[in-house]
Amino acid sequence: MKLKGWKNVNPGAVCTEAGSALQFKTGSWRAYRPRWIEENCIQCLFCWAYCPDMAVNVKDGKMTGFNYDYCKGCGICALECPGKKGNKAIVMEEEGK
Amino acid sequence: MMAKVVAVTGNEAVAYALRQVNPDVSAAYPITPATDIMQRFTSYVSNGQVKTEMVLAESEHSAMSGCIGASAAGGRVMTATSSQGLALMWEELFIASGSRLPIVMALVNRALSAPLNIHGDHSDGMGARDCGWIQLWSENAQEAYDNTIQAFRIAEHMDVRLPVMVCLDGFIISHSIERMEYIDDDAVKNFVGAFKAVNPLLDIEHPVSYGPLILPDYYMEYRKAHAEVMAKVPGIVLDVAKDFEKIASRKYGLFEAYRLDDAEIGIVILNSAAGTSKDVIDSFREKGIKAGLLKPRLFRPFPYDEIGNELKHLKAVCVLDRADAFGGSYGPLFIDIAASLYPHKNGPVLSNKIYGLGGRDYLPEHAEYAINELVEIAKTGKVKTLKEYIGVRE
Repeated sequence: MKLKGWKNVNPGAVCTEAGSALQFKTGSWRAYRPRWIEENCIQCLFCWAYCPDMAVNVKDGKMTGFNYDYCKGCGICALECPGKKGNKAIVMEEEGK
Repeated sequence: MMAKVVAVTGNEAVAYALRQVNPDVSAAYPITPATDIMQRFTSYVSNGQVKTEMVLAESEHSAMSGCIGASAAGGRVMTATSSQGLALMWEELFIASGSRLPIVMALVNRALSAPLNIHGDHSDGMGARDCGWIQLWSENAQEAYDNTIQAFRIAEHMDVRLPVMVCLDGFIISHSIERMEYIDDDAVKNFVGAFKAVNPLLDIEHPVSYGPLILPDYYMEYRKAHAEVMAKVPGIVLDVAKDFEKIASRKYGLFEAYRLDDAEIGIVILNSAAGTSKDVIDSFREKGIKAGLLKPRLFRPFPYDEIGNELKHLKAVCVLDRADAFGGSYGPLFIDIAASLYPHKNGPVLSNKIYGLGGRDYLPEHAEYAINELVEIAKTGKVKTLKEYIGVRE
């Protein structure tokens, strides 16, 4: 996204476009990245319900992975994940490793 | 043109102007000496003389927050405060100006605590001079009334959309009765015109958000835009004054220049003390001493070029401040006057005097002392004391 100059910013920083936060990608804040292990996933959707952002992708009622443009790596999904027979379906891994 | 001659206090005059403007919303909290403005205004509300939605807040922080909300919602909004009340509004002042909300606020100038004092000085207004608001300063009840009416036009101008503070001296003006002229209700109503909202929150067909997080990638662009809008303000203040002259037959500029054209020495002073100073200047003129006076009206944005050009021909200038800037520095008015003369190499010799703090009387003898010293400085080109307190006991 090309950054605007001072002549083109909205007076008073008023947002006049609905849902424009979508244009502001926040995934770069992440220090830990959630990794989905599909074979351990029971599709309980706890991760989707607990995610404080909207970074868990769901299609046709099923978890399909993460939206890394917005996931900040808080790890709540991994904590809440019940997994299958004690094996977590979401694990947090350090970025850049 | 209908004018009604009345004998009223400064507060009464401001409240009367606010009744004539009839704003949509006011959120306020009482504080001496501004209390009287809102007390009178709430009577207008109770008596059905205005349609204003009156919000009685639990603090000045809440009062200004309420004004911000109402202004963002799309209403014409005003309030009044003094001293600690303004101090408690501090963070909200920046939110109002940064969000470009055209709120009008009467600031009845009062000293800041501690030590606790309820009387007039300029430390409250000077503390808020850099908060992004426009500041108009008023010598007397007439100017406070006229500035209040013009403030709405300036604030709401489509090229401005900034909040305006109208400053008047606590007690000396706010509580003293003077002769002045009220403008006819209809003339004020037509002059101010209908309020035009910009991005109102209540327009549910066009939803907007106020107050988003602006990070290092954009914050500076917003600050630069604010600075550029401020630069347009003096021209608009003059345009509004020209229109105002048509309904009131009173001329306003960015400042008042009194007997300055052929002057050799000059005093620069704000608000009520300018009246006393002008009388003293007249008596020196009768003795053949070419003294003049400059009284800033638009203090923020400060018209550096215009004021520098007005003073540059003088030999010596004394800036009198009714507030001090602690830390070995000069008074706030002096700092701006010095900056306005900085581009003029052969400009006047400057000196700074601090007077009238916490309501201490400014007497003719103080102006005489300053002018006598200026006569001496003009002769020798030398200043004995760059900055000094006058009217203070040793």
